[in-house]
Amino acid sequence: MSEARFLTESELPYCKGCGHSLVAQNTERALQKLRLDPLDVVLVTDIGCHGIIDKSFRTHTVHGLHGRAVALGAGVSAGMDDPARKVIVFIGDGGATIGMQHLIGAAHLGFNLTVVLHNNMLYGMTGGQPSEFTPLGFRTPTLPQGAGKAGYDICELMAAAGASFASRVIGLGDYSDTLAKAFGAKGFSLVEVMEICPSYGVKSNPGMKLARLVEEAGLAVKVFADRSDKSYRTPANEDARSLLGPELEVKARHAHSLERPLGIMLSGSAGEGVQSAAEMFARAAISAGLNATKKGSYPVTVGVGFSASEIIVSPEPILYTGSATPDVLIITSDDGLGYARAAAGRMKSGLLMIDGSLEPPESGAETVRLPLREKAGGRNSALHSLFHLVGRTGMFPLESLKEVFLADRMSEKIEIEKLLP
Amino acid sequence: MQPKTELNTTSFLDGSRLITEACVQAGADVFIGYPITPANLLYLYAGSRYPSMLAAPDEITTLQWMSGFAAAGRLPVTATSFPGYSLMAESINMAFMMELPMVIILVQRLGPATGTATCGAQGDLSVIQGTLSGGFSLPTLCISSVRDCWQLSVEAIRAAVRLRSPVVLLTSKEMVMTVLNFDTAQLGAIRPVEKPRYEGDGPYRPYAAGEDLVPPFLPVNQNRFQVRLTASTHDTHGILQSTAKEALNNTRRLQAKLEKNLAEYSFWELEEEKGAEVLLISYDVTAQAAREAVRELRGKGRKVSLLVPKTLLPVPPVYLEVAARYPRVVIAEENLSGQLRTLLFGAAGRKGLSGVNGMGKMISPEEIVQEVAGDE
Repeated sequence: MSEARFLTESELPYCKGCGHSLVAQNTERALQKLRLDPLDVVLVTDIGCHGIIDKSFRTHTVHGLHGRAVALGAGVSAGMDDPARKVIVFIGDGGATIGMQHLIGAAHLGFNLTVVLHNNMLYGMTGGQPSEFTPLGFRTPTLPQGAGKAGYDICELMAAAGASFASRVIGLGDYSDTLAKAFGAKGFSLVEVMEICPSYGVKSNPGMKLARLVEEAGLAVKVFADRSDKSYRTPANEDARSLLGPELEVKARHAHSLERPLGIMLSGSAGEGVQSAAEMFARAAISAGLNATKKGSYPVTVGVGFSASEIIVSPEPILYTGSATPDVLIITSDDGLGYARAAAGRMKSGLLMIDGSLEPPESGAETVRLPLREKAGGRNSALHSLFHLVGRTGMFPLESLKEVFLADRMSEKIEIEKLLP
Repeated sequence: MQPKTELNTTSFLDGSRLITEACVQAGADVFIGYPITPANLLYLYAGSRYPSMLAAPDEITTLQWMSGFAAAGRLPVTATSFPGYSLMAESINMAFMMELPMVIILVQRLGPATGTATCGAQGDLSVIQGTLSGGFSLPTLCISSVRDCWQLSVEAIRAAVRLRSPVVLLTSKEMVMTVLNFDTAQLGAIRPVEKPRYEGDGPYRPYAAGEDLVPPFLPVNQNRFQVRLTASTHDTHGILQSTAKEALNNTRRLQAKLEKNLAEYSFWELEEEKGAEVLLISYDVTAQAAREAVRELRGKGRKVSLLVPKTLLPVPPVYLEVAARYPRVVIAEENLSGQLRTLLFGAAGRKGLSGVNGMGKMISPEEIVQEVAGDE
């Protein structure tokens, strides 16, 4: 049986003496050794000279953005989720510099793919500027004085990040066995192929020999990792079920006395059940045949500072869910007072309920001081205050809020008598 | 006490829940994302609802992974807000060029930059409009009601597959985070979107399109025909071609396919009142305030018509045809510059055009009533 051809008949598109041609030829030989079909393979290429190889391959080809090919290849691999198919990512040292996080992440997660890193120690397509892989002292057209720092040892990095296989080769002659080993590894593998760019590297560093350069850079030519201990499997959610379950449903079983929409702001402290109390109140209102909306406000540090909730209840459908000035403002703590002071100032009428320990803010609303934190403690002050509100206004029966509370897990923590006004 | 209303049983939920459920029922099979306020709930629900959910380390990776999944025939969705979207921009260009179907849910919040994560806004229409280099339209549908969370999510999925393109589903903080009661019995059943594949005998060219200008799709995990996908200017084979005529024609086709099929994904609400001389236009969360304003105005005997555009990009011509019938047009949107106003009427505007604009707080029905009613 004749071997499958992975390269087309056309001439490879590289400068004379460029190692990229050898990468392509060695890749074909390695794939032939593994007896893969060309369409079992997806070749993902980055931006750079290496990336124009697509048209020379008979595999599927995907050519993306600069620095992102490893992430793109990871997506292709996880999307296929098929160990019988092979994703190979060609990337240069420039692209690897840009997308280093993608390399580390892919090695860490163990995506099933092989990165063939064409390291010619500079960005070749954009005029030869240095990359983070440029060795100490190596000169490039834009850095004629030579690099002041050693480059990355990507193989060490990949081995440390969890690669199944990582190896460095000198990009001369036949290194298809190493590539075949990498292509056959489970999980993430990487082969760094050391090259010198004949257009920029050789001219800037006359007389430099590749093997000696690599040795002087302290880059060992060896296998750094060879273990097949993990490979990525795309998560499959076997337990997915509808998000519109019966637990969301609220049955209207009570009556209400509300004739127009009412905006309520409940303002207290984080950790004192403001959001859950507001939600229970809204459900109780719905249970009384009203419409209700609820939204929360709190600082990014959700566990400290104020916690406020805006609720609208209305006999009519609610379209606009904003309420710049509430009809009812409840303040249960000092944090809550700080947040709600401006809203209180805007109120020209309505009701302001505030804990008795706090100095009421300036407001045109009827102000009522109540011991909101006393009977049920600070942690339950929000819910306790809403029981007060329902009892005081009679907008719907207390029974409605009681039922919602008793159906909630919170009822296991506090007796309902302590919450009643 | 008054008798019970006719509400009976409703569900207490947020828009994120409806969007997620609708996307999955429509056939989205993977969510990939990085959580960001105010899109967090969409991320949270994704973990338990999508057939697969991948937590990406950032938004560039998100879009790259999504593109890989799409190339493999999956239908990915993500959700983000402006800071994440801006990181995605180059990769969205890539996916547009490769013609990969996916949906990006963009939840608007107050900018610029990090701005205020927990404050809503409508500041990103111009960002979407400028996403694709060359002035190409990124198909964009915008949610303007609770019901839209359901219906437009399905339409976004359908458009992504139909057009072989990334599609933006635009919304904002209030629409996806506020919890409210909603009668889910109003929601229609969702039929999964069909994902057609090339079934010809070849040769297959990944960018050769028929009359509808949308090339038949084949994923990279099949052995029938070679697939080439590329972000660079390319011919119908997917081979990089610089500025060759065939390649430039292919690039032109990317816009032409959106315009040719626009009627299939054009959605809007139009409530015209006979004798009205004012057309009120609004979208996203402000459309809810506009609906209340219209109710109030009509209650006072003031005639007004309402247009709620839901397909924002490309702009369906009908919006301008409708607007041309009115001496006055008022556009309400929660940004300072009037982004929809500029999109529809350009920098020069038109006679009788005005806006209700603001930032940092929701635009209220009263503000809209005041502008529409004027001095009357």
